[in-house]
Amino acid sequence: MFSAKIFGALVGATVLALSASGAVAQPKDKVKVGFIYVGPVGDHGWSYQHDQGRQAIEKAFPGKVTTTFVESVPEADSERAIEQLARTGHDLIFTTSFGFMEPTLKVAKKYPNIKFEHATGFKRAPNLATYAAKFHEGRYIIGQIAGKMTKSGTIGYVGAFPIPEVIAGINAFYLGAQSVNPSVKIKIVFANTWYDPAKEGDAAKALLDQGVDMLAQHTDSPAPIQAAEARGKFGFGQASDMERFAPKAQLTAIVDNWSDYYVARTKAVLDGTWKSEDTWGGINAHMVVMSPYKNMPDDVKKLAQDTEAAIKSGQLNPFKCPVIGQDGKEIECKGQGALSDEQVLGMNFYVKGIEDKIPQ
Amino acid sequence: MRFELTPRTNSPTVMRIFASVAAFITAFLIAGFVIWLMGRSPIAAFDVYVLQPLSDPWSLQELLVKATPMALIAIGLSYCFRANLWNIGAEGQYVIGAVLGGWLALRTHGTDAGAWLLPLMVLLGIIGGALWGLIPAFLKTRFGVNEILTSLMLVYVAQLILDYLVRGPWRDPKGFNFPQSVTFDPSATLHPILEGGRVHYGAVFAGIAVLVTVIVLGRTLFGYRLKLTGDAPRAARFAGFNSKATTLAVFAISGGLAGLAGISEVSGQIGQLQPSISPGYGFTAITVAFLGRLNPIGILVASLVVALTFIGGESAQIMLKLPLDLTQAFQGILLLCVLAADAMVSYRIRFVTRGGGR
Repeated sequence: MFSAKIFGALVGATVLALSASGAVAQPKDKVKVGFIYVGPVGDHGWSYQHDQGRQAIEKAFPGKVTTTFVESVPEADSERAIEQLARTGHDLIFTTSFGFMEPTLKVAKKYPNIKFEHATGFKRAPNLATYAAKFHEGRYIIGQIAGKMTKSGTIGYVGAFPIPEVIAGINAFYLGAQSVNPSVKIKIVFANTWYDPAKEGDAAKALLDQGVDMLAQHTDSPAPIQAAEARGKFGFGQASDMERFAPKAQLTAIVDNWSDYYVARTKAVLDGTWKSEDTWGGINAHMVVMSPYKNMPDDVKKLAQDTEAAIKSGQLNPFKCPVIGQDGKEIECKGQGALSDEQVLGMNFYVKGIEDKIPQ
Repeated sequence: MRFELTPRTNSPTVMRIFASVAAFITAFLIAGFVIWLMGRSPIAAFDVYVLQPLSDPWSLQELLVKATPMALIAIGLSYCFRANLWNIGAEGQYVIGAVLGGWLALRTHGTDAGAWLLPLMVLLGIIGGALWGLIPAFLKTRFGVNEILTSLMLVYVAQLILDYLVRGPWRDPKGFNFPQSVTFDPSATLHPILEGGRVHYGAVFAGIAVLVTVIVLGRTLFGYRLKLTGDAPRAARFAGFNSKATTLAVFAISGGLAGLAGISEVSGQIGQLQPSISPGYGFTAITVAFLGRLNPIGILVASLVVALTFIGGESAQIMLKLPLDLTQAFQGILLLCVLAADAMVSYRIRFVTRGGGR
């Protein structure tokens, strides 16, 4: 009787300690993973790539993992969808757009035993991790290709919204172009949408009408690169390999590879080692992948490959100091030899040589 | 052969209610058939779409949260639509209501404002929406400009104003330059009715709007004037009713309620201003108003039904892995069935075969 009592007390204490620590780290046999997408899975861009990651999880842990997704969730009304996943037995929930930040935080506070991961945000909690990818590394490479390949001397860029991630992408792209073609000009159009093929296509056509012959895009549908294909110009795929939509126009694509990360995080939940942290990986971490370089001369291809290798090895940082702002003044260098992560994540200025103004 | 619609002389209320029920059953049968074609069980789908959300306290609560803005806006729209005035811009009035009310919340941020703050925010929300609604009304009464176009186009203007504000002057300085305001203080937050719940006082506003509208439409001269202006504008003029005043009044009411929905949603649900504060409530409310046949009680029911299709649609994605497109298609089928049933009650369909020569 006595020993049973002690045993009971011990168990009780352990349970108490575990529940007090909030996120209980225990290995699991089965894990249910949920995803919230901002667009349709068929956008062939951002949400499509996240869904590829979801499918990779299912393949990696056969029989141990089930996955669920809710697509086209409006950012202003996402709390319910996130909570529905939490209520239906999901152990790990990925919310894959910046606009889901506050709702994810709210739901995470309510369900301390469920793990949440929010893409591209900056608010964390003991059971809420954040993750993003250094897409600007890829954008520096495609900038160099565009700078080399342009005949008109003017390159175009279709952006979604003037938020830091997109601004940093434009700067990296332009710095890449400038590094091989100092007099190159850039024209920028914001489509004010992440996914709207008609609007994106119109933005691309407007740029092509203005004499742009290289088109980069930071919106999710293949419409811009298809517009470039139709006019016999060149472009770059966004988020996923868009070669099948523009076999002649696509020079390369910056592919978001979430699969490795999602598999690793799911494994962490299975092993009971999941921790809330911030992950920001680039080419080196295999989160940003360049699709095969095509439709370009060998010397340009060689240049692109060398730059990719240099970024991968850490030798080259697109935002190495000095970075000069539009007004000709040097931006304060807060990192080691390059702008700090915070400066890049909150970027709100254009570099010298870009003539547009950031819409305010 | 051709169809001919001849108005029925009398169509009793019982028939109308029966027609609504028949329309719902038809819509569910069609959707069930599609789900069966997709190789899923229509019965399981009905369970997930309808029965589970209606039998679980959490989703019942979510139902109210989702229905609140749609009901508020649709009630307002019913005033316009009854008078044959087409306010398509409730989405913009919603946004401006949120902007004006939100302005006060941001202005008093960090000052520990007292209990006066929320009522004033709500009032500003109503005023903002009403003023925005009065622009197309003024253009119509003064210059005869088509209100469908102006009210719709002002939606985009309103959205761009909000967009500008949250990217520029109202941006959270600690938000990594992301376009969003600071989160509202607790004193600027519309509280949940039940502690820990999600149903905020916006739902109470919607309930009041329904009750007031029942009285206004049924018991006041203004309600009668609306109906007459809509059904027989010439007769209304002969009766000495001022159609310009009516136009301004209904747009102000409609805009005010949309603005109220906007500030309630921002303060009670979202908790901050950001570029997108509505998944299209102002447009969905048009559907809700017609599903409810411009009747306040009908609109209340319709807003709950539409909310149910949204919530059921999410559950169906999670539990049955049914695509979102199906939910959207179902909403379309439902509207079509209800409108068709309505037409069949109001009109007699005759097949006319052309016999003989001319």
